[in-house]
Amino acid sequence: MIGRKKLAGRNYGPAYSFPMGFWFSLFFLLPLLIIVAYSFMKKGVHGGVEWQFTLDAYAQMLNSSYAKLFVRTLWVTLVATVLTILISLPCGYAMARSKHQTLLLFLVIIPFWTNSLIRINAWIAILGNEGFINSTLLKLGILKAGLPLLYNQGAVIMVLVYMYLPYAILPIFTAMDKFDFSLLEAARDLGATKSQSMTRVLLPNVRSGIVTAIIFTFIPIFGAYTVPLLVGGKDSYMLGNVIVDQVTKARNWPLASAFSMVITVVSTIGVLWMMGTSAREAARNKAAPVKQDTAA
Amino acid sequence: MNFPKPHNPYGYFVSRLSKKKPTSEPARHARRALQNKSRLSLSHTVMALSILFLFLPLVVTVLYSFNAAKGMAWSGFSLNWYHKLFFGSEKLWTSFGNSFVIAFSSALVATVLGTLAAIGVNWYKFRGRTYIQTISFLPMILPEVIIGISMLIFFSAINVPLGMLTIFIAHATFCLPFVFLMVLARLDEFDFSIIEAAHDLGATERQTLFKVIVPAILPGIMSAFLMSVTMSLEDFVITFFVSGPGSTTLPLYVFSMVRYGISPVINALSLVIILGTMLIAFLLRNFLKNVAASK
Repeated sequence: MIGRKKLAGRNYGPAYSFPMGFWFSLFFLLPLLIIVAYSFMKKGVHGGVEWQFTLDAYAQMLNSSYAKLFVRTLWVTLVATVLTILISLPCGYAMARSKHQTLLLFLVIIPFWTNSLIRINAWIAILGNEGFINSTLLKLGILKAGLPLLYNQGAVIMVLVYMYLPYAILPIFTAMDKFDFSLLEAARDLGATKSQSMTRVLLPNVRSGIVTAIIFTFIPIFGAYTVPLLVGGKDSYMLGNVIVDQVTKARNWPLASAFSMVITVVSTIGVLWMMGTSAREAARNKAAPVKQDTAA
Repeated sequence: MNFPKPHNPYGYFVSRLSKKKPTSEPARHARRALQNKSRLSLSHTVMALSILFLFLPLVVTVLYSFNAAKGMAWSGFSLNWYHKLFFGSEKLWTSFGNSFVIAFSSALVATVLGTLAAIGVNWYKFRGRTYIQTISFLPMILPEVIIGISMLIFFSAINVPLGMLTIFIAHATFCLPFVFLMVLARLDEFDFSIIEAAHDLGATERQTLFKVIVPAILPGIMSAFLMSVTMSLEDFVITFFVSGPGSTTLPLYVFSMVRYGISPVINALSLVIILGTMLIAFLLRNFLKNVAASK
């Protein structure tokens, strides 16, 4: 274990870390605080805000016309997240137990790093009315008329799962990679069935990886913008799309800020949950081994 | 493997006929070893299908980039769209140039700041350490729309015109957390006594930094830099908000291509981008696990 201490008398920690701390405070925290402030202000005539405290934006947000939007966003996010996690659990398991980990990581990371718009465009080309699937099926005579595969809720959910699958596979793989698989053998020897050994030995031990995977899919999907815009129809708009429209078209900055606050608060809760889980896990792991260097 | 001998002479056949499997420990081990060896398990199937799923769109686009006609009906092999991509798309290459400049400058700044901060946080205890760790975590997780909008509002509130500079700042900001985490992971494997030795031998703080620490963690720093370049080249949503006239980046250009009429040139471009991605992933092949851990 590395000892954290002062080196050679002087503490250079602040000097090293100050530039990044300053950068984040100025370009990340301050903009967020401005959003918080703007959400409590009055809409300006030509965009911008008037410096006057009001709860108008929040009142507008709770308007019934946005209720459907919230429900839809939450529903799509939940379905996509659950599907993503269910697919990535066996994937992470197979990868962690495989002899070809580097190759498999390579195969997961390549699509993940390829430009997201290129991938969305590919799905449009596959699912579109004259797309790959429809034109192939028509040519083979299986279909008489094209299927409406694109511009609906199902397409949005599928492409979201596609986009965020690597985000979930990677942390689950990382957690499972650290897991000692002989524990599964031990569980089986002690009489556990296969599914018992999975749910009661493996899953609790990779908990923090699963929580990370949930956070890394749920939060970005909750604020998704491009996928519902390009793959969805007019009735699959999500929170992110409305925020952008409020900023660029309606120029109602307080309302956009209020919507952003919702996403920020949800994200922050998620992050705290994740940090809590991994902190508890670290504490458990620390408590487990026998203390060795108490004599020193 | 030694299976237990049945008591009566017919016992063996009886035990084979009955559904009851031998339950002794070696028998269980043998059975499981056999299963593990020969099964096509659920997890392997899901893994294979997922990789197929992940690659299907890429394969289809690359395939159709060689299609002679515009649509998705195959009409013969042609390099037409590649010709158009390399010789008839000045705007695309201008935007690519912009992307390149921003990617390298922002990755450089993010790498320097993130590496220094990681060294500070890993080796010293000081006030504000927790603040630094927490604040570096949030930009990674917050949806891009929020980061983009908050930056847009911030820049217009302080009257900074949108353009290359604002894109550079935004990109450096979202790359920083990843650099910080990757270098931090590298530092955790670092042998602390080397630093003490350097100090004992009379090295100053600066000499220790440049002659001992940086060379030792250089692979981690390089992979963080490459990852920042990749993320910067890839980003669309945040750039969309903080870009101004004359600062179109490649993803912004691709967005306009996807949104307003699809040209097969984009398929040809896809292959170039996929190959570029593969090259970067190949350069990072020894760090893929670190990448996986930091995402």
